[in-house]
Amino acid sequence: MRTITVRQAIQEALREEMRRDENVFLMGEDIAYYGSAYGVTKGFVDEFGEKRVKDTPISETAIIGAATGAALGGLRPIPEIMSINFALQALDQVVNHSAKLSYMFGGQMKVPMVMRTPAGWSQLSATHSQTLELLFAYIPGLKVVMPSTPYDHKGLLKSAIRDDDPVIFIEHALIYGAKGEVPEEEYLVPIGKSVVRRPGKDVTVVAYSRMAMLAMEAANDLAAEGIDVEVIDLRTLRPLDMEPVIESVKKTNRVVIAEEGWKTYGIGAEVQSRIYEEAFDYIDAPVRRVAGVEVPAPYNKHLEMAAYPHKANIVAAIREVLK
Amino acid sequence: MVDKQLALEWYRKMALIRRFEEKCAEGYAYAKIGGFLHLYIGQEAVAVGAIGALNDDDDIVTHYRDHGHAIARGLDTNALMAELYGKATGCSKGRGGSMHFADASKHFWGGYALVGAHLPLAVGLAMASQYKGENRLAMAIFGDGSTNNGGFHESLNMAAVFKLPVIFLIENNLYSMGVALHRDSSISDLYKRAASYGIHGEAFDGMDVQAAYEATKRAVEHVRAGNGPVLLEAKTYRFRGHSMADPEMYRSKEEVEFWKQKDPITTWKARCVEAGIATAAEFDEMEAAANREAEESVKFADESPEPELSTLCDYIYANPIGQTEYQPV
Ligand SMILES: Cc1ncc(C[n+]2csc(CCOP(=O)(O)OP(=O)(O)O)c2C)c(N)n1
Repeated sequence: MRTITVRQAIQEALREEMRRDENVFLMGEDIAYYGSAYGVTKGFVDEFGEKRVKDTPISETAIIGAATGAALGGLRPIPEIMSINFALQALDQVVNHSAKLSYMFGGQMKVPMVMRTPAGWSQLSATHSQTLELLFAYIPGLKVVMPSTPYDHKGLLKSAIRDDDPVIFIEHALIYGAKGEVPEEEYLVPIGKSVVRRPGKDVTVVAYSRMAMLAMEAANDLAAEGIDVEVIDLRTLRPLDMEPVIESVKKTNRVVIAEEGWKTYGIGAEVQSRIYEEAFDYIDAPVRRVAGVEVPAPYNKHLEMAAYPHKANIVAAIREVLK
Repeated sequence: MVDKQLALEWYRKMALIRRFEEKCAEGYAYAKIGGFLHLYIGQEAVAVGAIGALNDDDDIVTHYRDHGHAIARGLDTNALMAELYGKATGCSKGRGGSMHFADASKHFWGGYALVGAHLPLAVGLAMASQYKGENRLAMAIFGDGSTNNGGFHESLNMAAVFKLPVIFLIENNLYSMGVALHRDSSISDLYKRAASYGIHGEAFDGMDVQAAYEATKRAVEHVRAGNGPVLLEAKTYRFRGHSMADPEMYRSKEEVEFWKQKDPITTWKARCVEAGIATAAEFDEMEAAANREAEESVKFADESPEPELSTLCDYIYANPIGQTEYQPV
């Protein structure tokens, strides 16, 4: 099968869905002639024109609010927020409007919108490097997706665009260039389904996005030592599909949860407590969490590397739970 | 002058809003209605005149002080009162309450409770209309306080940049809660803020239904001709407190009395009778019809069923995934 990058997978999903449905359009800062901050929408304005690839003012509130309104008006907007950090200026719209309209008005409205936004870090310092998916995953009414492989990026984005609810689609800037197999033919990946990325019998690693990729690398390294790691990629953070995790825990009895965000109140905290609620009797060692250091992101390269978790941290945690 | 039928219909609608809201105040006193209740009494001419100048399929989004706008758009008063009573038959099935009236089938896209935050929704609705090549415009209705919020500025700029068919209608009732206009706004003629965005702005007497209608008609023509958005400012006043919880320490009785002399309902009737457009008896008939309708809405709301607890988690998603039924905690 051919291999393509995460960035190309996203581009293919957008292009295919825009060709398929006239009502799908892109809007955001610098997405037309600049081609978007991370180059994802490069060339789109040439194929689809300004009507469907709209450069907007730097107005995060209005971008997401207008996308929500356009969705009410029967379109399928895909607003891009240049960085998840800037989404804080759109949080009111997402949380108080996009997520609420269906419920608050008794089911008479729907908001088929996909907010795409990159997360990640690379010496961008405190306000440009935050891991904020949790803020969205906390909110009923939203669907929150954060894939790892190119295959999932493409299939989940296509599902998100066809979905009738607001979907927050979070990309990780550090894996835009990561490659993986993606078929030529059309396919969808369902929202709300975790996946066993690699079966194993000794220990379960639960992760998503970049950390799921690192978990796979860690598992491959440890296989050489005869340690058989099962990797589960959550892919969707809301609704959270715990079934494969619980199944896995019942088999391996040992768990590591890996995320980039701050540990306190994090995604890992939620996954861990669900494991204790639903599979307490199957746990043979305390669940270990790999997470970011609880500090605003520093600029200095060495400090920054120390602030985020890496493959070595996952490996160490696996060894710990196997002791 | 306006024709007789229109004059009577405006009167009926303004009276209906007034009677309906007097019933709301009663229902609140009897604890049939809970939460925040912001009455529109005093401002009726704005809703009836401005919304009356729109087509029925023009999109409306408004704020939490939404009863008057909903009634002016022709939402079913039974469903509105039932919403206030939290009943299953309410326009938002008891999920929204006073601040969140809506009827999507009537292009009334809801009342919103975050000051200034709903303006971008109107921008988006107008974007959809423009995208599809339709003739619909969107109207966003909001208070003077909203014009100090970022959502206002982002929306006016974006609508102007894209030349979108939006009418931004400020209901300047001189107060945001207890803060007088001159204490929170850099200028008092708020329509002049249009100049910052290179769009047309205009103020009208918000106590005069005909002025509201005519100013909005001009704005509608301007917007539908593809000239981009318009900022309208109604100079108006609310006779009651900000909400039912307001002890009104921030303004004088004399000031309120001064504005009550401009009551949009009684002055309209007096003007029309004097001009011979219709007789006092004909107006009284309209008023009686409004009374009946308001009373019936209370009866309907009272007799309607509560929503079933088993429906608590309905409607969170249009397309639910996985377990979403209500499980008692
Ligand atoms: C973002 C936000 N901030 C504060 C409030 C609390 N609040 C509700 S109404 C209001 C005053 C708004 O005044 P104005 O916009 O003039 O409208 P009016 O109530 O006079 O119709 C305030 C401060 C809110 N609902 N939303």
